[in-house]
Amino acid sequence: MANPYAKLPRWVDIGLLPAVNVIVGFLVAGLVVVFLGENPWEALKLLVGGALGSGRGLGSTLYFMTSFTFTGLAVAVAFHAGLFNIGGEGQAYIGGLGVALACLALDPYVPWWITFPFAILMGAAFGAAWAAVPAYLQAKRGSHIVITTIMFNFIAASLMVYLLVNWLKPPSSMDPSTRLFSDGGMVPTLRAIWTMFGARLSSPPVNITFFLALASAFGVWLLIWRTKLGYEIRAMGLNPTAAHYAGISTTKITIVTMLISGALAGMLALNTVMGNVGKLTVDFVGGAGFVGIAVALMGRSHPVGVLLAALLFGILYQGGSVLSFQMPAISRDMIIVIQALVILFAGALENLFRPALAAMFAKPPQAVKPAGA
Amino acid sequence: MDSVIILSVLDSTLRLSTPLLLACLAGLYAERSGVFDIGIEGKMLFAAFGAGVAATYFQASGVGEWAGLVAAILVGVLAALLHGFASISMRGNQIVSGVAINFLAIGLTALLAKAWYAEGGKTPQLPNEARFQQITLPFADVVQDVPVLGDIYSGLLSGHSLLVYVAFAAVPVTWWVLYRTRFGLRLRAVGENPAAVDTAGISVVQLRYSAVMICGVLSGIAGAYLAIAQSANFAPNMTAGKGFIALAALIFAKWKPVPALGACLLFGFLEAVAIPLQSQPLFGVKVPSQFINALPYVLTVVLLAGFIGKAIPPKAGGVPYVKER
Repeated sequence: MANPYAKLPRWVDIGLLPAVNVIVGFLVAGLVVVFLGENPWEALKLLVGGALGSGRGLGSTLYFMTSFTFTGLAVAVAFHAGLFNIGGEGQAYIGGLGVALACLALDPYVPWWITFPFAILMGAAFGAAWAAVPAYLQAKRGSHIVITTIMFNFIAASLMVYLLVNWLKPPSSMDPSTRLFSDGGMVPTLRAIWTMFGARLSSPPVNITFFLALASAFGVWLLIWRTKLGYEIRAMGLNPTAAHYAGISTTKITIVTMLISGALAGMLALNTVMGNVGKLTVDFVGGAGFVGIAVALMGRSHPVGVLLAALLFGILYQGGSVLSFQMPAISRDMIIVIQALVILFAGALENLFRPALAAMFAKPPQAVKPAGA
Repeated sequence: MDSVIILSVLDSTLRLSTPLLLACLAGLYAERSGVFDIGIEGKMLFAAFGAGVAATYFQASGVGEWAGLVAAILVGVLAALLHGFASISMRGNQIVSGVAINFLAIGLTALLAKAWYAEGGKTPQLPNEARFQQITLPFADVVQDVPVLGDIYSGLLSGHSLLVYVAFAAVPVTWWVLYRTRFGLRLRAVGENPAAVDTAGISVVQLRYSAVMICGVLSGIAGAYLAIAQSANFAPNMTAGKGFIALAALIFAKWKPVPALGACLLFGFLEAVAIPLQSQPLFGVKVPSQFINALPYVLTVVLLAGFIGKAIPPKAGGVPYVKER
């Protein structure tokens, strides 16, 4: 198929164009604020102040960032293989089951640092297992992974409500959630580090899972750009036919990529279930799986980009609650609007400004040809 | 179960199938033209909001329900045009565009409703005059004493809102448009092989935009049904996944209108029996309602896996068309 767009210099293609797209998304969000009769500049100041202006705010921001890093990486890894994993929400939900089972089984007997590795394994394994079926169906039976992962999100939601209500809930409780984990099932928060920065308020929810998220981002970078598997994943993402012709098993790569993606999504529960809430609850994922789509698109599927985008969405989530408190006209739904606008402009409309930028920056054709690139 | 329960379950099956059917046919037009649309959920939600707002605004003038319907269709078409612009003109990723529209709908409708009405994201409760009310079919009161047939006609088929009949009438209309008109032939062709359609001198872009706009109209009616026929106001996220069930039904129906009716009735029936089954065991086994709720999705996955026939989407679906120069 003909490529309708002129080739842009590298820095424009991976730097300027995505930045323009995201900025336009935020400008449109600003217009929504104006439409609601508020000052967008004031709103932005409240939002950023609420997210970064206090120790507690920053702690919550980093807590959200941790969650979005996991789901963003999950979507990003799949993107590299040309797969669109919309199922992060369901995979994270089922991952929570794995984490909770590990905690419930071990927390009376051992300290948290023994439970934690088991919880990581269980969360990742359960998340991966939930991605395995759509992966297998895509690889072997040709059913579209977007549709199957959407369906699996809904199936996960029903399954988890069923399990929580009928099996996991303590018999005496009316609340559809597990019992509270004891200390052996809770990872410590970063309060100790926090007091160094002079925070006085109660412990913010960011916990040591934050470092696991950073390590996962580094791991994904290693995987994608420094291993044979990563090379095969990228090759398949660029051109499945060519990859197949080169002797890469697209069946294997599809399944392995989705297992990694599901495992990353499943690890989200470490941050929320084990790091903050201390029990498995209904709908604890709360849309973080979908935020991962925006994060991966905005971060251009690169781990560094994902971390930055996750931080931005962390700021939005934390700052958004503060903002809605101060400016009642701007409710927390504004966050979802911004998320949608980022997905729209950084994803679906990514070519909107390409012709304009091409007119400004495109190399003259004769300069490109001899280079052979 | 006695006949009264059966009749009431079938009655709610019709009611619950209606939004699915409208949304499913909406998706059928878009996807048959080669534009994947997972944003039907969002379009319905936008439309439901538009219906709620317009019906509230115009309720005093006595045309609330019609204003609501028109607004819903307008909003649905606007959202569809956004999807069309992203996926046809800008050649963006159609899945990503659908996801964006879904979230835009969830966020924006709740945000605006909370800011405008301060009722926690709902639009104000509408009086019955500003909603689509139940229509009694002709002679329904005359034949209601006739055994069986009278029950079916007066108890089941009569007494629904206009939009229910519109939804069911849309099935034969869609069949006719798709298989008996020039537009339908071209629509099916552009979803399979746009290059061939282009070679024949027919505009791919124009065809796809028309399909996407029909999709917007039908999603709009579906949204209006939710807000001003089934309920009496808009509530946040009131579509609650119906757009995705409709998508599942579309796959289940293999992108064909008459099977779409069957699939939507089946999924509507599952929704209708989930509630009575919570209290009443089936053949001595208590079926968890979550199981029934998940059944449409499970069935669709099983179908997609190729265990019940094979669901093959339109060949050019999801691929933006680039004209060779």
